[in-house]
Amino acid sequence: MRGNVVIAGIGQTAYGKLPGRGTVSLNIEACRNALADAGIEKNAVDALLVKPPTSNPQFMYGQTLAEAMGLQPRVGGAWDQGGAANISLIAFAAMAIEHGQCDVVLVCYADNPRTGSRHAYEKAWGDDAAYGWFGVPAGYAMLARRHMEEFGTTSDQLGEIAVAIRKHGAANPNAQLRKPLTLDQYRDSPWVVDPLRRDDCCLVSDGAAAVVLMSARRAKSLGMDKAVPILGFGQGQSSSDVAQRPDLTKTCAEVSGATALQMAGLRPQDIDIAQIYDCFTITVLMTLEAYGFAKHGQGGPFCAGGRLAIGGELPVNTSGGLLSETGMPGLQLVLEGVRQMRGDATSQVKAARTCVVSNQGGIMHTHSTLVLGNPA
Amino acid sequence: MDPTEDMIEAAFPAPQVNELTAPYWKALEEGRLSFQRCAACAHAWLPARSECPRCLATEPRWETASGRARLVSWVVYHHAYHDYYATRLPYNVAVVELDEGPRLVSNIVDARSDLWIDMPLDVVIQREAGTALARFRPA
Repeated sequence: MRGNVVIAGIGQTAYGKLPGRGTVSLNIEACRNALADAGIEKNAVDALLVKPPTSNPQFMYGQTLAEAMGLQPRVGGAWDQGGAANISLIAFAAMAIEHGQCDVVLVCYADNPRTGSRHAYEKAWGDDAAYGWFGVPAGYAMLARRHMEEFGTTSDQLGEIAVAIRKHGAANPNAQLRKPLTLDQYRDSPWVVDPLRRDDCCLVSDGAAAVVLMSARRAKSLGMDKAVPILGFGQGQSSSDVAQRPDLTKTCAEVSGATALQMAGLRPQDIDIAQIYDCFTITVLMTLEAYGFAKHGQGGPFCAGGRLAIGGELPVNTSGGLLSETGMPGLQLVLEGVRQMRGDATSQVKAARTCVVSNQGGIMHTHSTLVLGNPA
Repeated sequence: MDPTEDMIEAAFPAPQVNELTAPYWKALEEGRLSFQRCAACAHAWLPARSECPRCLATEPRWETASGRARLVSWVVYHHAYHDYYATRLPYNVAVVELDEGPRLVSNIVDARSDLWIDMPLDVVIQREAGTALARFRPA
């Protein structure tokens, strides 16, 4: 089914502080913009798939949203995989379209931890709270320490990831954080949970994004010339508890990426640009290793020397990622992949023909990969 | 007692002991670190479960650990996510693997030099706000 389904439209809200807006309202704004971008009417939509808001999970959220949008979709609902869910929903949509379950799908996600509650990211890890084990950053720090000790990965190498991505965000007028970062500034950045500093951690943001999917055939019959084909996708899952993971330096991004690349018929060296879920810098490093861009353990040197910046060998997070564009909804990485493939990105990478996008949830335990290509 | 200390004691994030985890915490109170082992396939694990995650058999047995372990990884908190820990910054949290196989989250104490991954450790049971915890020191 490689290339049979396309992303025909993308939409988003502003990112940052959006006080007084609920997630239903944010989702509707993103969907309205995605439909306008695709140039189709709401009534054409017969599937609505949504990731439930992380900071305020609700029962049957997908049905609540459908009602607010006046939709009675054939296929609809919410799918919980943490940050991996957005791409997994796109994959599910593609399979549903391919098998005649629906024709036009909206996939969307909104959350507002910035002006709402960020409790989901700071809570205790069960009874281990007795030992002071709290919060999401510490889980990633635990992976980072093992990687640093086992392979000699350095703080500066993590810093170079932040420097490259913040540079891209500074050039994006829609980014929440438009302040570039130098390596010296990174070194002066305070520890949050050593070995991770403040500037290793993504933003906390309000925001929503949405995509419209349909078959390539339908897009062609509607005269769309900028619909971006989905070449491949894949998923993976490992121990949700960091402590139980047999090898802290390996992740399920490996099986997810391999599945997606195999479906796309591509090798890592065929990929021109990457939009990698950068909730923390270490996530980028380990995902690029898992995808086969660098050998296991060699992600540190790979990410250094400006390789990830536009103009480098593998431009990553060309609109600023979670570190700079917005911490939510994660789906912005797909939107930027689509813009790059269409050729209308703010920081357009010349002659980019293929883009890999990663989404992941929990402490790197649930992963989803998407491979996009040029409009035909 | 100093009223401030009293307030901190009250805020300790104590384990939520239930039927499943009670034997673990009771053993620690008695000075023993224990783990579960499957009667059917001999797989060993922590934390407490009612079924073996390898063969799905029920009624696992409790076994006392040797207390010998290795350091898998560790972090140092410079930000407090809970009031109880605000006065203890910076403090470490570690992932530890027992010689018998089970993994747990803990703290490393009495470290006279730098920590390093895979360093051998011994359990030391310490009281924190009235609760016995399994911490580890370099062997």
